[in-house]
Amino acid sequence: MSEATRDAFEQAMDRRVIRGRSLYVDAWHRLLKNKAAVAALVVLAIMIIMVIVGPMLSDWDHEIPDWDHYSTPPSLETGHLFGTDALGRDLFVRTMIGGQISLLVGLVATLVSLVIGISYGAVAGYFGGRVDNIMMRFVDGIYAMPFMFFVIVLMVIFGRNIFLIFVAIGAVNWLDMARIVRGQTLSLKNKDFVEAARACGATEMQIIRRHIVPNLLGVVIVYVTLTIPQVILVESFLSFLGLGVQEPLTSWGALVNEGAQELETAPWSLLFPASFLALTLFAFNFLGDGLRDALDPKDRF
Amino acid sequence: MLRYSLKRLASAVPTLFLLITVAFFLIRIAPGGPFDSERALPAEIEANLAAKYHLDEPLVMQYGRYIWQIVRLDFGPSFHYLDWTVNDLIIQGAPVSFTLGILALIMALVVGIPIGVWAAWRQNRPSDYTVMGVAMIGISIPNFVLAPLLILLFAITLGWLPAGGWEYSFSRMVLPVITLALPMIAYVARITRGSMIEVLHSSFIRTARAKGLPEKEVLINHALKPALLPVISYLGPAAAAILTGSVVVERIFTIPGIGSYFVQGALNRDYTLVMGVVILYGILIIVFNFLVDLLYAWLDPRIRYDDLESES
Amino acid sequence: MYYHGCRHLVQSDVQGFSKQSDGVPSDPRSARAMKVWAIMVLAMLLAACQPHDEVDEPSKPRLPVPVNVEFDPEGRPLPEVLASEQTLHRGNGEEPQTLDPHLAEGVPTANILRDLFEGLTTTAPDGRIVPGAAIHWDISRDGLTYTFYLDPAGTWSNGEPVTADDFVWSWRRVVDPNTAAAYGRMLAPVVNAEQIFSGELPPEELGVTALNESTFQVRLDDPTPYFLGLLTHPTTYPVHRESFETHGSAHVRPGNLISNGAYVLTDWQVRSRIELARNLHFRDADNVIIERVIYYPFEDENTEFNRFRAGDLQWTYQVPSSQFRWLERNLDEALMVAPWFGTYFFSFNLTREPFRDNLELRRALNLAIDREIITERVSQFGEIPTFNLIPPGLPDYEPPKPEYAEWTQEEREEEARRLYRQAGYSESDPLTVELRYNTSENHRKIAVAVAAMWKQTLGVRTRLVNEEFRVFLQNRAQRRVTQVFRAGWIGDYQDAFTFLELFHSGHGRNDAGYNNPRYDRLLEQIASERIPALRRNLMREAERMLLADQVILPTFIYVSKRLVDPRLKGWEENIMDYHLTRYMYLVRERGVEPEERTDEVDDEGGETGDGRRETDEQAGLRPINAFPVVFRLPSSVSPAIRRIATPC
Repeated sequence: MSEATRDAFEQAMDRRVIRGRSLYVDAWHRLLKNKAAVAALVVLAIMIIMVIVGPMLSDWDHEIPDWDHYSTPPSLETGHLFGTDALGRDLFVRTMIGGQISLLVGLVATLVSLVIGISYGAVAGYFGGRVDNIMMRFVDGIYAMPFMFFVIVLMVIFGRNIFLIFVAIGAVNWLDMARIVRGQTLSLKNKDFVEAARACGATEMQIIRRHIVPNLLGVVIVYVTLTIPQVILVESFLSFLGLGVQEPLTSWGALVNEGAQELETAPWSLLFPASFLALTLFAFNFLGDGLRDALDPKDRF
Repeated sequence: MLRYSLKRLASAVPTLFLLITVAFFLIRIAPGGPFDSERALPAEIEANLAAKYHLDEPLVMQYGRYIWQIVRLDFGPSFHYLDWTVNDLIIQGAPVSFTLGILALIMALVVGIPIGVWAAWRQNRPSDYTVMGVAMIGISIPNFVLAPLLILLFAITLGWLPAGGWEYSFSRMVLPVITLALPMIAYVARITRGSMIEVLHSSFIRTARAKGLPEKEVLINHALKPALLPVISYLGPAAAAILTGSVVVERIFTIPGIGSYFVQGALNRDYTLVMGVVILYGILIIVFNFLVDLLYAWLDPRIRYDDLESES
Repeated sequence: MYYHGCRHLVQSDVQGFSKQSDGVPSDPRSARAMKVWAIMVLAMLLAACQPHDEVDEPSKPRLPVPVNVEFDPEGRPLPEVLASEQTLHRGNGEEPQTLDPHLAEGVPTANILRDLFEGLTTTAPDGRIVPGAAIHWDISRDGLTYTFYLDPAGTWSNGEPVTADDFVWSWRRVVDPNTAAAYGRMLAPVVNAEQIFSGELPPEELGVTALNESTFQVRLDDPTPYFLGLLTHPTTYPVHRESFETHGSAHVRPGNLISNGAYVLTDWQVRSRIELARNLHFRDADNVIIERVIYYPFEDENTEFNRFRAGDLQWTYQVPSSQFRWLERNLDEALMVAPWFGTYFFSFNLTREPFRDNLELRRALNLAIDREIITERVSQFGEIPTFNLIPPGLPDYEPPKPEYAEWTQEEREEEARRLYRQAGYSESDPLTVELRYNTSENHRKIAVAVAAMWKQTLGVRTRLVNEEFRVFLQNRAQRRVTQVFRAGWIGDYQDAFTFLELFHSGHGRNDAGYNNPRYDRLLEQIASERIPALRRNLMREAERMLLADQVILPTFIYVSKRLVDPRLKGWEENIMDYHLTRYMYLVRERGVEPEERTDEVDDEGGETGDGRRETDEQAGLRPINAFPVVFRLPSSVSPAIRRIATPC
């Protein structure tokens, strides 16, 4: 390779790198200007570390009751920093374990809905015409079904396996994603670079995978940060109905529901889980809004 | 316009049919039946009950029977509330849920839109964060926590409002409407804020400002109308959901709406009742989405009915 | 609203809020604005529920203090102690599935039906069985034939007399398999009932006859000592034939329902309220004081609790299970707790591993549970720890105590560990077991506690399986996946047999799969035994056998628990937890002067007050519905009170 060609190549590489990154670098800079979003990021990072490390630091177990201290307020003497629940289980550990479950539910369910939604929407949008018509008619039909009914029936049918909760929620939640992705794909597929790829002999699937999906990234990031808190709330609603995770595991939703039953007698059992839950949801929502402002994807939902 | 409406109506039929089919078979797959109880029934009586409600027939026949019933607008007898038909129950409950839903909808718009506009105008400043924070209470604290707190504060401690129960009176509706409206305020405010930011960056607003128009006029007269378009498309499904009630609000405030039937109907395996409310919800979704499209076309001169037709 | 003011709450609001908000202005970093903000909101919202234990003594929620009740020579409360408005607001659990007494099930529905209808017998405030629609009865020497003489004053709410034919028709309807009566088996002791259930005989073959207009005879297959008790159950109530035949399944709606009890149905808003008014045609109407009863359904015990505190209810169906300590401190005068005729237990699935043919293991798990901890710290309301199936308190039955009931908990746990090892398990090779329960806060807590005790005492690994109710019932009945599961039973009638029959190998709810021919034979002997002492011994023998075979894991005796306005009198605690509104009355609050009688129509406009036995034609002429405001009719005050008051 000659000096000149190498220079040219490097230049091209640089340019490509710069051009390829600039969208996201710009977005990143815009995001950093948004103080609420930055704070949200920090809060989330701390939260995630806490719920993972927290239970390891505590002397208490999340399932064994301390029969001498049931329903006791937070206290350094007893060693129960957040107090205990009605059965004498340490609320600090339970809040952390609950956080693990809630965040996991949010993440996994969102990913499930993402995978289904993106593939469904991209296929429908890309092929268009009759395929699109039939596929979107199906989405309309499911869309007209009350979400809660769907989730509850799935919960009843599949029992209480925690992974099935993730899947059930995700399996119902993909419709929005499918619609958004379809819309984006419809507008993308006639762009020049897709035409070019097609002219080069790329297969349909390759085009969807290489060109359409990556261009959806912005929408997807925003969608994920805004869906996770929704899913966490859905899980907490299921806990309210008594259909949530199985004891002795717990979730923020389940803890908050237990706490709400005793909000006068044992306010701490509501205060701590509710603060963690609310803080996390606030953080996700502010981060999501910040990301959307920063990425400015056209399609808002 | 008429042609478009008819076409939409025609396309709603297969959607509704799909909805009914999926819901019908889904609820039947769930284990357990409507007449299970902790007291055992003699086998003969159980068989009689099954025969009375045609539960002994093959599922496909039951399905055919059900579709035929629906066509005649008869949702059948409730399997749980034995003295009532599903039509009775929906006629009793729907006005309650509709009343609360409409009030909550109005409240969400009246509170949510100004918050969104304000936040967009003060984008990324402390006041943006503050009003958006307030708006987001409804989607950050579960409503089954907020509702008891509201009761404890306003009904038990201060004694200003009743602790629950239902009648068509302002004082009984205040707390349920607030609880219902809170999450919606969050969504409306957030959508308004987002679209408003976009509109405020567009060229015609810059032009308007350059002409020296007062900021208030720019915001209200020029920016607001286009910024509301996404709010309207959100409102379609959201209105259908809020009009059909909420199990949390109904349970905590003892309100006899239809929201609980989605959950209780499913848990009691009250097949006909749960199907009734699911179909009602489906119809509302379809109707509201149609209305949204019409409203959209009316508000946004760029869209004409041919566009709508080619898209749908 | 009479005692909404928990002033101490207001005070602690302020304290709580200022405590939290002190820190806010001192945090200038705007990057934290959102976090601070979030904390502020939470603080604000949670301020209402700051702990207020320390400050609350001087300002407990104010409950109304009733005046002392004085009675006239006939034992009726004097009119001057009675409150001017006799409307009772009763909280009542879930919405009734039906008000048809033959199809109904569930305690909340039965509460309403006991006010609307009356069986041949009924219960006194203390739960004793007393004459109802039948004023007296003869029992044949062999105990197989009952002859009931109906009260001649007994009338339906439309003024027609209640006849023996009404009972004949109603009972035939109950056993008719086409009716599919939920509790049809209550009439199983009657001749031919079983054959009619199974469709072998027509309902007309049921062993009941109307000897004449007012004499109703029942023939039984076996002497059934608890038969008179069965007759208080709604399934045995008469239903008005003509009304049923005219309106079909709508015969129980307001306007259609014709009943023979102390009250009539006036309004029914599904999931909102069921309203009853005094039945002027009731045979003992003169002694009914409460004018209106409004039953409110509740799906959530906390909601009901809040409504009581706001003064909307005078009687609740239950109390929040986690609030005992608060209630004891703050609403002690209103909290009513009494033993109930029911047992909370767990059951083993005897048809599958690991419990099949493994008595040692079952006994070990039974002994490892510390019932004191469960009742004192988990269920909390004074439930009685038990090792028996049958609750104490029956007049003619003393449950046989197993020997380990007398041991200390340490001794029991010692024995449990020994049996556990004997069954082949150890620390290194622990038992893994599934404990099933249906969705409910209380069940959840108890299951968690039991699992923890097994783990701590024996090292058992328990997987808790919480199932939605219908799924749970189906799994229990199929006995395929269950191992240990929650069970419990509230007696249907006042006899030990209501518990024992559950474990007959052919019983539909024998979900344990207990199949012991000796036990079955014992039950048959009990059914046909005539001599009370022998029957009692046989029942004790049966319970002893059941406990020795360790079919169940009894935990505690249920208590009935509710909040009652101190002004509500005339009711007593009883083991069946039956509380008929017709005995109750509301007395004045101390310090509140009796109101002057005003000549105003009450808001329903239902009662004219005078003309107590007025005919339907007269009632039909009342222009109330047409001109509710213009035509003012005399008196909103209870006719009963006014009648007593006339001498003044």
